[in-house]
Amino acid sequence: MIVELGHFALILALLMAVVQTVFPLIGAAKGWRPFMAAAEPAAVSQFGCLLIAFGALTWAFVASDFSLQIVTANSHTAKPMIYKISGVWGNHEGSMLLWCLILALYGALAVWFGGNLSETLKARVLGVQGSIGIAFLSFLIFTSNPFTRLAVPPMNGQDLNPLLQDPGLAFHPPFLYLGYVGLSMAFSFAVAALIEGRVDAAWGRWVRPWTLAAWLFLTVGIALGSWWAYYELGWGGFWFWDPVENASFMPWLISAALLHSAIVVEKRESLKSWTILLAILAFGFSLIGAFIVRSGVLTSVHAFANDPERGVYLLAITAVFMGGALTIYAARSSALEAKGVFATVSRESALVANNILLVVSAMVVFVGTVWPLVAEMAFGRKLSVGAPFFDAAFTPFMVALAALLPIGAILPWKRGRLDRAMGQLWGVLALSVALGGLTWVVQTGGSMLAPMAAVLCAWLVFGAAAELWTRAGRVRSEKLRRLSRLPRADWGKAVAHGGFGITIFGVGALTAWQVEDIRVAQVGETFSVAGYDITLVEVHEEEGPNYLSTVAEMKVTRNGRTVAVLEPEKRLYPVARMPTTEAAIDNGVLRDIYLVIGDPQEGGGWAVRTYIKPFANWIWAGAIIMAIGGVLSLTDRRYRVAAGAARQTRKTVPAE
Amino acid sequence: MKRFILILTLLAAPVWAVQPDEMLDDPELEARARDLSAGLRCLVCRNESIDESNADLARDLRLAVRERLVAGDSDDEVISYLVDRYGEYVLLKPRTDGSNLILWLAGPLMLLAGLGIGAATLRRRSTAPAPEALSAEEEARLQDLLKSDRGV
Repeated sequence: MIVELGHFALILALLMAVVQTVFPLIGAAKGWRPFMAAAEPAAVSQFGCLLIAFGALTWAFVASDFSLQIVTANSHTAKPMIYKISGVWGNHEGSMLLWCLILALYGALAVWFGGNLSETLKARVLGVQGSIGIAFLSFLIFTSNPFTRLAVPPMNGQDLNPLLQDPGLAFHPPFLYLGYVGLSMAFSFAVAALIEGRVDAAWGRWVRPWTLAAWLFLTVGIALGSWWAYYELGWGGFWFWDPVENASFMPWLISAALLHSAIVVEKRESLKSWTILLAILAFGFSLIGAFIVRSGVLTSVHAFANDPERGVYLLAITAVFMGGALTIYAARSSALEAKGVFATVSRESALVANNILLVVSAMVVFVGTVWPLVAEMAFGRKLSVGAPFFDAAFTPFMVALAALLPIGAILPWKRGRLDRAMGQLWGVLALSVALGGLTWVVQTGGSMLAPMAAVLCAWLVFGAAAELWTRAGRVRSEKLRRLSRLPRADWGKAVAHGGFGITIFGVGALTAWQVEDIRVAQVGETFSVAGYDITLVEVHEEEGPNYLSTVAEMKVTRNGRTVAVLEPEKRLYPVARMPTTEAAIDNGVLRDIYLVIGDPQEGGGWAVRTYIKPFANWIWAGAIIMAIGGVLSLTDRRYRVAAGAARQTRKTVPAE
Repeated sequence: MKRFILILTLLAAPVWAVQPDEMLDDPELEARARDLSAGLRCLVCRNESIDESNADLARDLRLAVRERLVAGDSDDEVISYLVDRYGEYVLLKPRTDGSNLILWLAGPLMLLAGLGIGAATLRRRSTAPAPEALSAEEEARLQDLLKSDRGV
């Protein structure tokens, strides 16, 4: 019964999406107010319907209702409760439902927070958002319905893929989708503004928080996925340049660019046409990502249920929305007149450079990702494009970006002087180079990777600090007080830029300094790796709720003092017939000790892998700091005041 | 416990990436082997190098790489040995010849194009006068918004 209600609510949501699209768009074109007014209740009730549908599906998973096909395929009665719930989105159909739910949530948020928008713009934004809803809800209902029943329900399910039974992965997809789908809001605003034929500072002020929110969710989602890969896959890789990772990384890069160009629109009313194009592209890459992940057109380690029919449908959605939006763009973008004038050396120009670097780097990732497909179809070459290509082709863009960033961030709007900007940064530059030199000395020569990363990290972190310091004015005694009074957006900017530096150092140091040891260890044997003495104390078997486990107890000491006792595991999930490794990690600020137990060997003993991973946690710490910067910026007074003002004016201004 | 052993025997024991028994005694050769394997694709896997992969084929390839190294091959010879047998699909770093030049030059060319467009725009932007586009009513509304923003 509950499942039927959910199914019904899902179909109702599609009808609501149709209402949300058709009436407001016609209303806005003809100036019919009642038609435009239909947008708000339609958007809110679409969200309500999807909430019911999602709740019903969650109930089916929690109650292990094996009459539902996807519950049978992805759940098991013995599975722990948290993974019963996360199993809802651990499969194609359920994750698409989550996608649609979040899409409708953003529509509803635009209703709740959009009191400030002009009537026609709001109707158009909601209308465009509704049309995306139609596309994905019909995709869900007609090609991948989560409520499909089985004629003969089995006694028990086939269990969720054991790799997905992990806290990191339970929350990875919701964050990613909040990001991907959040970009639909920027897209809807862009298309609505094109139909309207006008983009102004107020528009920029509306688009920026949505993009910022989407970007910060993407940051968290990508970091969670990378962290999961690090501890779960058994050898501590954090980024593989896999097509599916690239699918999430491209929207991240483009939304980072959009975030910055929207600032120029908001503050200086320049770069309007470019910002609109970026908003369209950012969501376009989300759609392309959905296509790559779910069509199986590119081989990836992320095995999703692949189906050509679904692929064609998703490709059609991408083509219609991108084609449509770009056509409107071509027809209307000339109507967007830039107003702000700026000199070659100015904050605006620096942001243009930021945009060029971010967008071109995203395009490099895109070209690399689809090249195997293109090469096979156009040139008959069957080839692979893997991590070595991306490392070589992508990294220079990030180095250039990091090198330019502190200078660009400190330049004033409109017209700046390089010598004056550098005047504030010479000290930082000298300090960074000194730290890089120190790093080089400490590692006693060799590869320049880690020293370079140290220079860039210090340059970004101290550069951000120097910028805040300058902003706090000249009077020394006043500085602290004024620092605390700086707008949160300024703090957010500095924090996010510093986080970027920390991630860069984490990646560089881990790549350059990782120590690996692979050996056969007898029980009781002690071996030493990079100054740590590691003892395989014992190995025993344990039984978990839905798995069997071989657990090794390993003791790590340094100079006779115990550092940690770690228990790496090797698990076997009998229902899914799949083994997994559970590495044991001693997390530290300066290094992780990462232990993996392998197979028993013929001559006795166990295969054991030991990794010392310096500064590994800096990678994700940097990402989290970037996200915190985003949150700080998002809670800036400007946005809160704007929301408050909206509520006030709604009360006092009579309907025209 | 009985169940545990039964299941262990039912399932083929997993083979993990580089095994201790595969490794060469000469650390220098072994390091070269690791470097080479990181750039070679496990052909039956989804986008994994033979260094990371658990597949049997990856193990065979790892052993083949080490065999060639022990036989005295240079790195390039090992790679062309594998490419001769498995095609360029085995290379994770695509070659820089023929149509692949498009792939390798895409980044630098797009950057140049971007910088060119950016520079042209900047030149235009720094001279073009700014036309006024808002109507009086809209201007008033914008001012209102900006004021309420600064004021509170």
